[in-house]
Amino acid sequence: MSKKVLDRLVGHFHERILETESFRGDDEARVAPADWVAVARFLRDDAECAMNQFIDITAVDYPEREQDAKPQPRFDVLLIVRSLVKKHRIRLKTRVGEGEELDTLFGVWSGANWTEREVYDMFGVRFRGHPDLRRILLYEEFVGHPLRKDYPINKTQPLVAYRDVPAAKLAPFGDDEGNPFGRIDWLARMSGRNLQVSPAIAVQQGQRPALSSASEDLAPPPPTAAAPTAPAAKD
Amino acid sequence: MEPIQEYEDENSLELPSEPMHLHMGPSHPAMHGTIRMVLELDGEIIRKVDVQPGYLHRGFEKSCERGTWSQVYPYTDRLNYCSPMLNNVGFSLAVEKLIGIEVPERCQIYRVILGELARVTDHLTCAGAMAMELGAFTPFLWIIKVRDWIWDILEIETGARMTHSFGRIGGMAKPPTEKLKELVRNVLPEIDKVLGEVNVTLLRNRIFMDRLQGVGVLSKEDALSLGVTGPMLRATGVDYDVRKATPYSGYETYDFEVPIGHVGDTYDRFMVRLEEVNQSCRILGQAIERLPDSGPINVDDPRVILPPKDEVYTTIEGTIAHFKLVMEGVKPPKGAIYSYTEGGNGELGFYIVSDGSGTPYRVRCRPPCFINLQSAGPMLVGDQVADIVPVFGSVNMIGGECDR
Repeated sequence: MSKKVLDRLVGHFHERILETESFRGDDEARVAPADWVAVARFLRDDAECAMNQFIDITAVDYPEREQDAKPQPRFDVLLIVRSLVKKHRIRLKTRVGEGEELDTLFGVWSGANWTEREVYDMFGVRFRGHPDLRRILLYEEFVGHPLRKDYPINKTQPLVAYRDVPAAKLAPFGDDEGNPFGRIDWLARMSGRNLQVSPAIAVQQGQRPALSSASEDLAPPPPTAAAPTAPAAKD
Repeated sequence: MEPIQEYEDENSLELPSEPMHLHMGPSHPAMHGTIRMVLELDGEIIRKVDVQPGYLHRGFEKSCERGTWSQVYPYTDRLNYCSPMLNNVGFSLAVEKLIGIEVPERCQIYRVILGELARVTDHLTCAGAMAMELGAFTPFLWIIKVRDWIWDILEIETGARMTHSFGRIGGMAKPPTEKLKELVRNVLPEIDKVLGEVNVTLLRNRIFMDRLQGVGVLSKEDALSLGVTGPMLRATGVDYDVRKATPYSGYETYDFEVPIGHVGDTYDRFMVRLEEVNQSCRILGQAIERLPDSGPINVDDPRVILPPKDEVYTTIEGTIAHFKLVMEGVKPPKGAIYSYTEGGNGELGFYIVSDGSGTPYRVRCRPPCFINLQSAGPMLVGDQVADIVPVFGSVNMIGGECDR
């Protein structure tokens, strides 16, 4: 059915469509990252394609492709769209390497906003021109991109440090707002040192450990020169 | 005596012109689901919304890349936990499409029955929760009563109320029980009766209607461009239902209609869901009549289906087949497909990649409510803070599916 779309794409873009594939009724076309937006826009605006319904954007990681004899970029970014009128679908694919940027499709289908944010979150693929490229499912302090194949599934993340948000953004709220692991050392804070939050962060930043190792604080302080025994001797 | 009158300095009477920032959530009593909204308010009017999901992220897609294809089922249960059976069936269909097999007719009908029961519970949960969040507690209790009847049926069939893990690649875990037909036949008129009561209570209630009508309007073009599917898209007037557009499991043979709305407001979404419950009941009634009492429930393919237990214990071939399927798993051919079904909230898609081994290379779940939720921002701008509750309720965000 949607074989027609592939023919139409090849007929219009010729060799800029690098590869087409039909497997189990799914049609797929691969383009270069430079043609990503142009082909997407054509899919939406062309009267024969009329892909006005956004479905999904996702990615797949193939890290071993970088080690091939002919190295290829490691990420496949996929776009799935559908035509409401013609009732056909297509999958558009492109390959993006580590650290490369892909143009955003936000201007073509506004649904690309969150899905591209998710691809960035999970794979670290950045989208050029995206209006709001933040992590979406994970938090800002998350280290790494978990759906990459080289991210171990049992990797642990450091506890999150006190989040330094501009005061204007959180005006009506307390200091602890936005801090999911709030292990605050109140004594340190009251003495003006707004420091440690989590042991892991503390080690990284060379701070004193937080409440989790409070036993250190309970230990008797080491003897110092100004020992209280001196006044007693005068008596 | 002079009247005591103190005139304030006029400057101090000015209202603050700065927009107010309000954080709603992550744990808000009137929002079902853990989600945070950062609002920029001009008085009571919402000027900007930043919806921040992700509080229930458990790494569904990463976890799937660890076990065998069959071990994904328990994870799919926990995607949309209001209708786990639809996720089970959706994933089964995806892997079957990749392998290129089709389940027997009896299994298809059985999947339709269980799936439609799950859809009824999903829509009812959404409608009931919406009513409750607007203060109508009684209809919520009635609806939950109906949901429990259906969960009782699902429990008798599958052994679990919510996390069934009942789908299998190439079939179902068990054939239908003997009681199934009678149970469903008995519950259908009861659902109808309760829904009639709910309709009378809610849809003639001026307060309820005023809170829904004209609130959170989503245009057809926006909905398509945002990728919104399911009841939310149909409420805007687009008759896109996967069961009709690209039928699977024999949905093309059932007589049912796709309800659509006119305006795309919260009221339309509520009504579309209620009407879809009726349509699901219609499908259930037809499917129950068709379900054969005997016949194979699984495909006859030793590559995907475990051999019967007596063969496993008595023959060496059965033991080997069992061992290989359990230890190595089903091995779909190398390739990638995107399979989609109509979930509770819209198009539930699975983009699965196999490298030919027994472990999935990539399982991408296209979560309908994650993509639907994206429309909450545009819908809410211009509405009031109090409208967040019904609008967000009508999106029916399910944390497990949205955040995965």
